[in-house]
Amino acid sequence: MKTLLEIREPIWIARDLSKCSGCRKCEIACSLSHENKVWPEASRVRVFMIVPGADFPHLCAQCEDYPCVKACPLKALSINKKTSAVAVDNLKCTGCGKCIEICPGKVPHIHPSTKKILICDLCDGDPQCVKVCQEGGWGVLKKVARRDHAYSLYARTPEEQTRNLATKLYGEKAEEFL
Amino acid sequence: MIKGYAGKFLEVDLGRDSFKNVVLDDDWLRDYIGGRGLAAKILCDRLIDKWDEIDPLGAENILLFLSGPFTGYFPGGRMCISGKSPQSNGMVGSTVGGEFGVELRCAGYDGIILTGRAKKPVYLFIKDADVEIRDAGAIWGKDVKQTNTLLNKECRKLLTERYPNVGAWKEPAQLYIGPAGENKVRTAIVSAKWTHAAGYGGYGGVMGSKNLKAVAIKGTGPLPEAADLEKIKQMISEVCEKSYENVLWRRWGTGGGGYAFGAKTSSEPVRNWQEEWHNEKSYGVDQFENKVWIKQAWSDFGCPTNCLKIALVKSGKFKGAITDNPDYELEAFLGPNLGIFTPEENVFLASLVDDLGLCGIQTGSVMGFAAELYQEEILSKKDLDGIELKWGNTEAFAKLAKMIAKREGIGDLLAEGTYRAATILGKTKGKDLLKYAVQSKGIAIGAHGIRSGRDFSTDIGYACSVQCGDHTSITDLPITGYGSEIWKILNDSAIMCNFNTFNIDEEFKFQFYQAITGLHLNRKTWTLGGGMKTLQIQRSLLLLGGPDIKWNPKTDDDNPSRFYEPLPSGPYKGQTADRIEIREKIKKYYEEAGWDQNGIPRTETLRSLNLEKVDSAVAKLRIRPIASNR
Repeated sequence: MKTLLEIREPIWIARDLSKCSGCRKCEIACSLSHENKVWPEASRVRVFMIVPGADFPHLCAQCEDYPCVKACPLKALSINKKTSAVAVDNLKCTGCGKCIEICPGKVPHIHPSTKKILICDLCDGDPQCVKVCQEGGWGVLKKVARRDHAYSLYARTPEEQTRNLATKLYGEKAEEFL
Repeated sequence: MIKGYAGKFLEVDLGRDSFKNVVLDDDWLRDYIGGRGLAAKILCDRLIDKWDEIDPLGAENILLFLSGPFTGYFPGGRMCISGKSPQSNGMVGSTVGGEFGVELRCAGYDGIILTGRAKKPVYLFIKDADVEIRDAGAIWGKDVKQTNTLLNKECRKLLTERYPNVGAWKEPAQLYIGPAGENKVRTAIVSAKWTHAAGYGGYGGVMGSKNLKAVAIKGTGPLPEAADLEKIKQMISEVCEKSYENVLWRRWGTGGGGYAFGAKTSSEPVRNWQEEWHNEKSYGVDQFENKVWIKQAWSDFGCPTNCLKIALVKSGKFKGAITDNPDYELEAFLGPNLGIFTPEENVFLASLVDDLGLCGIQTGSVMGFAAELYQEEILSKKDLDGIELKWGNTEAFAKLAKMIAKREGIGDLLAEGTYRAATILGKTKGKDLLKYAVQSKGIAIGAHGIRSGRDFSTDIGYACSVQCGDHTSITDLPITGYGSEIWKILNDSAIMCNFNTFNIDEEFKFQFYQAITGLHLNRKTWTLGGGMKTLQIQRSLLLLGGPDIKWNPKTDDDNPSRFYEPLPSGPYKGQTADRIEIREKIKKYYEEAGWDQNGIPRTETLRSLNLEKVDSAVAKLRIRPIASNR
């Protein structure tokens, strides 16, 4: 069996959201790697904490049907064959937001400075967020080989994800916080 | 401009409904770094001349929300809240975890300076350079969890409406007060993330006195640029790797303390410190872990330790109570200190004081004080408005906590905190009740007793501390040694979470400082410079005190009298603090700190640190002996 590091085929970041400690190391790693700065709002993975305790990383699910790629009027989005990530062509992207609109999880967001769209690029197969999450033993994010799963299930809005996690944690009491 | 700083502060005049950006002198930042040190400098600069006339709960007090250059870089996001303290009447640097400090820096500010008093309840909404003072009518009166929910909803809506088409907005970070702060209770906290608190100092009451319910902030920029990012990255990894080795610390946080500080070290408050030992296995960390912890790892920005756990009571009388761990301090003060020894009751009380916006330590202390007076028949059931304040009566303590937060009945007196309640009640009862008040200069002592000598607390640690009963600012001899408060000032000024500094030394901290700011700092420059200056300013402000209380070092630089009673139980039975030895040590501490025999900073000490203004202000203390309150 191949070790995870040896996986060269398309990958996916498996996620176990309720384990998230809210440490935001994924945001730090992502922004350091892409921007060479600690920059939470420019991170491609963002930790939401609409209800304390129900913290979770919000990142691209690489849906099987890639609605964002299809919706881009300027063909700025494409699928990276090697990793399966959504690739953004910054020269073509105008930050129009059509991909956000179509995304079932409202995952993509506009870079606060460049005004181009931010979507997880899977770090070309070696996701930095996964590394720090694994290193700390939280195991929320894990790199796996991409198979024929229903990945789009993970493209849920922050509000829906929050409701799920808060309910799992606090039961009926969660309604008071939503 | 020095690297690692945003370069400006937001100053809001709540009375005039106006705000502006303020740039502080680079020399201030170089000397005092940020957080607690910078708070001392700002307060000294603006208020020291009239310090003793300023009512901490009046419009003339200044409330500071400050980050440090480490905030966001050093693992575990923290910031510092300060101002004139309504507890000690000096200045406390009260740090709180969470993402607020990070958002603040990403919004382009190193801190917020709040002056004046709003005419009606307001909250501040900040998005980068856009600042708005908004009506807080709809959230005033709401408890902490409700406030968090309502603010999140309103602010995310505002962000979405005002800054559309950029994707889903993450919640802004928030600091807020509960009903206790609104009612200017002296034991009120500034809260974050439901359960986090800037506890010591009583700044929730200060915020309430300014009619400021909350501050919500979203910063969309990066952290201020550091001098050597590569070095920082490597040092962050080092801090994290060292923290990962602390397996049980990560798993239990301070939650193991509720049993261990009683059974093992005999330093836990039990029934208002009448004992410091218990062996109640019902209070073991395994009981918390297996019965109430529903989330094993919860943390703040960049933290490798996740000392926070989320607790929920799932069945029985206290069903639905939610809090974190509780951490050891709340485990102790809302547990054994009140004769309570089950996780469910403890979580219930901790959840309640969270919601009311009360400090678990100060409130647990004052309730334990009241319960002992009830035990001693000094306070009757009638005095307590019909509450049967027996040890272990959780519902009675819950009722009392609510009355404190609302300043109702006996709660109005207890809302003054342990020291003031003891002096006021002592006068009506014609008795010295200070012997039941386990506090130091207005601040109830944290849950680390000194009698067994087994805890990290030291025998002069509270008596000589410029933050008094604050267990996170315990001091010791020698004054420049690693046990001295000067090093706590470094952590609170650069702002590091203490729990992520266990395995790193001061040299590492200096290197981290250099990697962020590009400036050099070493043991000598800190202990003879910024660290010492902050200590002297804080000491001076504490002694200036007023208007309702002035401390007399001769009597007030001491441990609570309870610490001189022998421990009545446990493996350290009979042990006590040594009054004579402690007096000698305090004398030595004064000498090393450059204070005169009355504990007042000497002219030479202050002048050699270029603290002329402080020297002029404390001159009057040297002429007139400080009046005792007793």
